[in-house]
Amino acid sequence: MDITGSTTGQLLDAMQNGTVSAVEVTQAYLNEISAHGETVGAFLSVDSEGSLTQAAEVDRKRSSGESLGKLAGLPVAVKDNICTKGLATTCASRMLENFVPPYDAHVTTQLQNADAIIIGKANLDEFAMGSSTENSALQVTRNPWNIDHAPGGSSGGSAAAVGARLASMGIGSDTGGSIRQPASFCGVVGMKPTYGRVSRYGLVAFASSLDQIGPFATDVTGTARLLESIAGYDVRDSTSVDRPVPGYSATVEQPLENLRVGVVSEFFGEGIDSDVDASIRAAIDVYRSLGAEVSEVSLPHTRYAVATYYLIACSEASSNLARYDGVHYGRRAEQFENMIDMYAASRAEGFGAEVKRRIMLGVFALSEGYSDQYYLKGLKVRRLIRNDFDAAFENVDVLAGPTCPTPAFKIGELVDDPLQMYLSDICTISANLAGIPGVSVPAGFSSNGLPIGLQLLAGPFEEEKLLRAARMFERETVWHTKRPSFS
Amino acid sequence: MEFTPIIGLEVHVQLLTKSKLFCGCPNLFNPDNPNVQTCPVCIGLPGSLPVMNQEALRLSQKTAMALNLNLANFTKWDRKQYYYPDLPKAYQISQFDLPFSYDGWVEVTLPSSGETTKVRLIRAHLEEDAGKNMHDESGRGGDSKVDLNRTGTPLLEIVSEPDIRSAEEARVFLEELRLLLRYIEVSDCNMQEGSMRCDANVNLHVHEDGEKIPTPIVEVKNLNSFRGVEAAIEHEIKRQIKAWETDRKRIGDVPKETRGWDADRGQTFGQRGKEDAADYRYFPDPDLVPVTTTDEQFDAIRATLCVFPADRRNSYVSDLGLSDYDASVIVDQGREYADYFDEVTSVCGDGKQAANWLTQDVQRELNDRKIEIAEFSILASVLGTVLQKIVKGEITIKSGRAVFTELLAQSDDGSDVTANSVDTIIADKGLGKVQDTGKIDIAIQAVIGNERNAKAVEDVRGGKQQAVGPLIGQVMRELKGADAGYVRQMIIDKLTS
Repeated sequence: MDITGSTTGQLLDAMQNGTVSAVEVTQAYLNEISAHGETVGAFLSVDSEGSLTQAAEVDRKRSSGESLGKLAGLPVAVKDNICTKGLATTCASRMLENFVPPYDAHVTTQLQNADAIIIGKANLDEFAMGSSTENSALQVTRNPWNIDHAPGGSSGGSAAAVGARLASMGIGSDTGGSIRQPASFCGVVGMKPTYGRVSRYGLVAFASSLDQIGPFATDVTGTARLLESIAGYDVRDSTSVDRPVPGYSATVEQPLENLRVGVVSEFFGEGIDSDVDASIRAAIDVYRSLGAEVSEVSLPHTRYAVATYYLIACSEASSNLARYDGVHYGRRAEQFENMIDMYAASRAEGFGAEVKRRIMLGVFALSEGYSDQYYLKGLKVRRLIRNDFDAAFENVDVLAGPTCPTPAFKIGELVDDPLQMYLSDICTISANLAGIPGVSVPAGFSSNGLPIGLQLLAGPFEEEKLLRAARMFERETVWHTKRPSFS
Repeated sequence: MEFTPIIGLEVHVQLLTKSKLFCGCPNLFNPDNPNVQTCPVCIGLPGSLPVMNQEALRLSQKTAMALNLNLANFTKWDRKQYYYPDLPKAYQISQFDLPFSYDGWVEVTLPSSGETTKVRLIRAHLEEDAGKNMHDESGRGGDSKVDLNRTGTPLLEIVSEPDIRSAEEARVFLEELRLLLRYIEVSDCNMQEGSMRCDANVNLHVHEDGEKIPTPIVEVKNLNSFRGVEAAIEHEIKRQIKAWETDRKRIGDVPKETRGWDADRGQTFGQRGKEDAADYRYFPDPDLVPVTTTDEQFDAIRATLCVFPADRRNSYVSDLGLSDYDASVIVDQGREYADYFDEVTSVCGDGKQAANWLTQDVQRELNDRKIEIAEFSILASVLGTVLQKIVKGEITIKSGRAVFTELLAQSDDGSDVTANSVDTIIADKGLGKVQDTGKIDIAIQAVIGNERNAKAVEDVRGGKQQAVGPLIGQVMRELKGADAGYVRQMIIDKLTS
């Protein structure tokens, strides 16, 4: 059996009927990591011993007839900004390089309860700030489709791991597109759930009102399966929402009748790559061919989304990252004159350039005399953006467009042009500001062989609808079955 | 030249919740074992999130009701950002523009003048306490240490208008505040342990040539005793008058100054000025959701309130006939003391009798034994039973005292004393008032007939009434608990009719 070439469904079936054991599955992925891990650079740490122990426990439970979780034996790559008790959680930062959390994130516990195998911790842009994973202070991650290209970000490690078949699933976090954009770049399915759908407890905060944890898989069904295992209310996160979690994987094969698809005109604006434009228009034709009613939809405040996003995200980040001061944990400078100097030196050493840039933006936006025109104005525009979506979803079930205006850019290509880098998030950012769910599904390749992602968006807590709509497209297409040449 | 001191207080009060404001750690004063009452949330580990303690908000709202504050149906949490080692998240979760309560007042009566004034309150808001930094005070430059046991303790900040006009008024305001908060059982307000802390903003209005000139405001920080508050403000007023006389600086001429209080020297001292005014960059905490409280929920909290001290004093005076002084003495001792008094009163049916006993006999025992009323071995119901017998005329006050002494003796020996013990003691010691006139008659006849008393009997017969005393004494010794007045009348009647 081609273990690492299998979907989560195929692996679960094979383990269930005894074709392979969980240990064999985990070992197969560990072998892939040995073979290609260094090339891709997806993982900051690989827990070979721990994952084999977990896999053996799954096999033991199965042979003794004990009940097993929904993800039993499936290796998952977890973004390294999600706390794992006893395993370093670095946020790809010098600041937390040696930080080993004494507790598990809610999502980590949920994965363990589902008997998933946490195979390693995946690279990211430092503190999830970035769109290419190039801001990782610890390691370079490469796009499995072309190692000269970036995997996207900030969850580039998780997306690259799944894309390169180094893990069967991945967990990421999405603050402005950080799951969907790397999913698009790496040719996998990635989903940002509704804000509040998955507990943020144990997710190291970047921008608290925008951050949301979500799943990666090679197909929509795997994504549905992972989401239903991690979603749900958690008393430890006051912003998590107490409502039942539908069985997404049970309904994902059911096509939606009379589906209404809205095509967001603002997502096809200036700067869109012609291959991306063609692939997404072809994808929309797939929906037409399935009988969906397709209409053009406008989200007029989209042009303010990037500015609004950077004000809100940086403001929150400046506050969330203030705790890394070298006093209680994390990096402390060795040379300092006094207390203030200890703070300054520790933070100067511990943070990379992008993190510092965003902290400074945020501190400025929240300063007395400026917060009215920046932070508070940003909150008002955010409301207008949400209103755009509410109005759109009165007439359509899902919104469609490209996940990113371009395929994966080259490593280093945009490093010196942060503004251009920020604009690569233009199609994904609005969903975070509005708190709605979105998914990226493979929808083609560029002329130079890089994946292109179709983004679908739905109203709050419409994940089930979103996944079913995504699966309708996936069933008609072959993009998700393609694999990078070396994997 | 005339000066009016203008004083406003900022009072921080720790709430008596079981757990901290945003995590499940115990809320206990524990300075001897640093950093044991901590968890990922209160020490701000990456990824941890706060969850509001409902009980802390409920106690805060209850306090606001007692302080005549308006309650907001909608309130939210904000981050107040600054760097300090005792603040592990580098921000304090507090309330900025929408506190849970605003616009209230506390009534205070000044002992020196008897004058009653209202001190208005601007607001009360809830926030988390910081930890404690401990610096090496040896001067040898040792490491500073941080104890985070206190981090995240629910802290109520109560801010007064600058309505206070004297150091005495500031002290009385604080004392009344403490009494009120203890009555409603939201805080123990222990200034030594830091569960009540006070900062005072002080300046002067100088009245000169028909003009009122405000002088620069000085904030005196970290006053940790009632005496300290009074003394520091008194000192500050004198210092500011001198300062005005030498430099004539008005408000706005210099930045607001922060001073500390040196209790040993009895002086305030200048602290490092805030050269650059602090910008706390307040913004709504995105980890917490706004809190809505309905009027029905407020009603439910209101139903748990006890009678406030001021109302209690008034009712003791008007309903029970106590003096203002006695009413204050009882109420100011605290809620348990006043509750004890209420129970004694309700059992014996006479507030004045209860007040006399409580402020004299009971208070003397408490003082001698250095205990609180809660530790007193004679329960209110038992003392009430003793007093009831006095009120009903079943025993004399003197016998009552004897019963009281015996009750104490018995409980000191380790017995539980109850209302039944009272009856037993009266019976055993024959302390019941003897109402049986036949018995008294026989006793009088015996005394009169005794040869030893022949002289006294003759004297009484001859009209020397003072000679009756020894005779009464002998009868009383024979018949403990007889009414002395009655015995006296009987003897005189017998010998002179």
